[in-house]
Amino acid sequence: MAVVVQEVRATYAFVERNINLVRRYWGWEIAFLVYSCAHALVVGFIGAAMGQIGGQPVQSNAVVLYLLIGSLVWSYLATTFDAIAEMISWERWEGTIEYTFMAPVSRLTHMVGQVIFAASYGIVRTGIILVILQHFFELDLSEANVLAAGAVLAIASIGFVGLGIMVSTLPLLFTERGMQMVFVTQSCILLVSGVYYPIEVTPGWMQFFGTISPATYALVGVRRALLEGQSLAQMVDVLIPLFIIGVLTIPIGLVVFGFAERYAKRAGLLKRSG
Amino acid sequence: MTTAIQPSEPTSRPVPPASVPTAADAAIALSIQGATKSFTRDSPSLLGRLRGKRAKRVAAVDDVSLAVPRGEIFGVLGSNGSDKSTLLRLISTLLLPDAAAISVFGLDVVTQDMAVRRLINRVSVDAAFFKKLSPWENLVYEARLYGLPARPARARSIEILEQLGIKRSRIDEPLENMSCGMQQKIAIARAFLTSPVLMLPDEPTTGLDPRSKKDVQEFILGIRQKHDATILLTTHNMVEADRLCDRLAIIDSGRIVALDTPAALKERNRAAGGDGSLEDVFMTFTGRSLEDGDYDEDEDEEQGKEAP
Repeated sequence: MAVVVQEVRATYAFVERNINLVRRYWGWEIAFLVYSCAHALVVGFIGAAMGQIGGQPVQSNAVVLYLLIGSLVWSYLATTFDAIAEMISWERWEGTIEYTFMAPVSRLTHMVGQVIFAASYGIVRTGIILVILQHFFELDLSEANVLAAGAVLAIASIGFVGLGIMVSTLPLLFTERGMQMVFVTQSCILLVSGVYYPIEVTPGWMQFFGTISPATYALVGVRRALLEGQSLAQMVDVLIPLFIIGVLTIPIGLVVFGFAERYAKRAGLLKRSG
Repeated sequence: MTTAIQPSEPTSRPVPPASVPTAADAAIALSIQGATKSFTRDSPSLLGRLRGKRAKRVAAVDDVSLAVPRGEIFGVLGSNGSDKSTLLRLISTLLLPDAAAISVFGLDVVTQDMAVRRLINRVSVDAAFFKKLSPWENLVYEARLYGLPARPARARSIEILEQLGIKRSRIDEPLENMSCGMQQKIAIARAFLTSPVLMLPDEPTTGLDPRSKKDVQEFILGIRQKHDATILLTTHNMVEADRLCDRLAIIDSGRIVALDTPAALKERNRAAGGDGSLEDVFMTFTGRSLEDGDYDEDEDEEQGKEAP
């Protein structure tokens, strides 16, 4: 029992620390939130202007909703992914990495704490953006199955957490270039996952990468739930790949991280940088 | 006038797992046999490798062996670049040795690293914190990582900080507003908050003013007296080494070149015609002064300078 209490406290340590960091860096938080809101609004306005731009009538509401779902889902997934993928970089930059790795905390506990924070932070941030969007666009969600959309997003989060864990090894292994690699990886996921368009419009080789990205299935699932009101039972074709990706990426991520940590300790890479 | 520092009993200790022996079970707190660690330096570019150039391996710790009995304050004295900190990183499970048998209270640092971590803590020369956070926010993070509840940890933090001369009112203001000396004292408080049985201070008084230095030294002596702690500290401060350490190892280019009590080392120096000071002891064994150390990137980090 004492061990369980200890692990729970250690898990909460990461959550509480990150909340404190968000509080102390509130200026940057507001700046990034304003940027995300502006970006979502820009995307929404592009959707609203489709008819005018193309000179042909389009179902403007459907297009706006399609694009805004992309924007919101990506906002949530990217926030979650960032919080996990950057956990090493933050600590390296702050200089605390040696202290965290020297603490009697299993890497699993470390990851769980980080994931709980990341998912909660992603939900709150995306919720704020959604509230702001509602003031600009008349979002018709009368047909939407909101619970099913939430469930799809929750399952998709597992895969994104796994990807985040894998990618977080890059800053561990590459002191200087690691974060740049994370940034490039995230950009590629954005490109191939059909955030603002069906992946069928992309070149064939790109579509292959789209089929292995959990974001692709998350976006398809959330759109079907919100635009067409589909239930989970009607989205088995989306849920199965999402589930498989999640089940595979988390253990693979943990194993890869374990190897990377061992290599970092052998090569002397666990030190401050920045 | 220096404030008298008397560390009090800890209000809460981390819960040791069943596999961890208590301090009473082991007379030797730290045992190092043949520790060797080398790093790759000047790694050639891809083109260079194709032309047959090879990376240079530099020995940072070279066949170091020592044993520190429980309750001893053991000093590692070396110049800049002598890789004192590398030795501490090997003990604190942050580096894997190329070859060695290193154990803390009988627990192997490689195969039983988690159990070892429950027994140790370290103070690095640069006060590494989340600088935007307050001392308390940093300390509660550390406390929770070691399984300590927040409320007693706060009481204990305030107690330690006050002993180190930091007012209670400053515990909630951002660390970035504090001087280097204060940050270093908070780093010391962080390490002692978890009540480690083997403490690894890495040049703990570097950057402190004379009074703060004395405060920290008194605190270390008090901790050993009251808490049955074993302390392995690195320093290049001769006065500190003489005052605090029961025994001293002088390290040069990763090798131990002398190991004895400060009094015995000084006596040997006098017998050999020296002036009997620790500085002369150091010069005799290493052939250079403390300031003559080699510059290297790792030591740069140890000195608290940020990498470009």
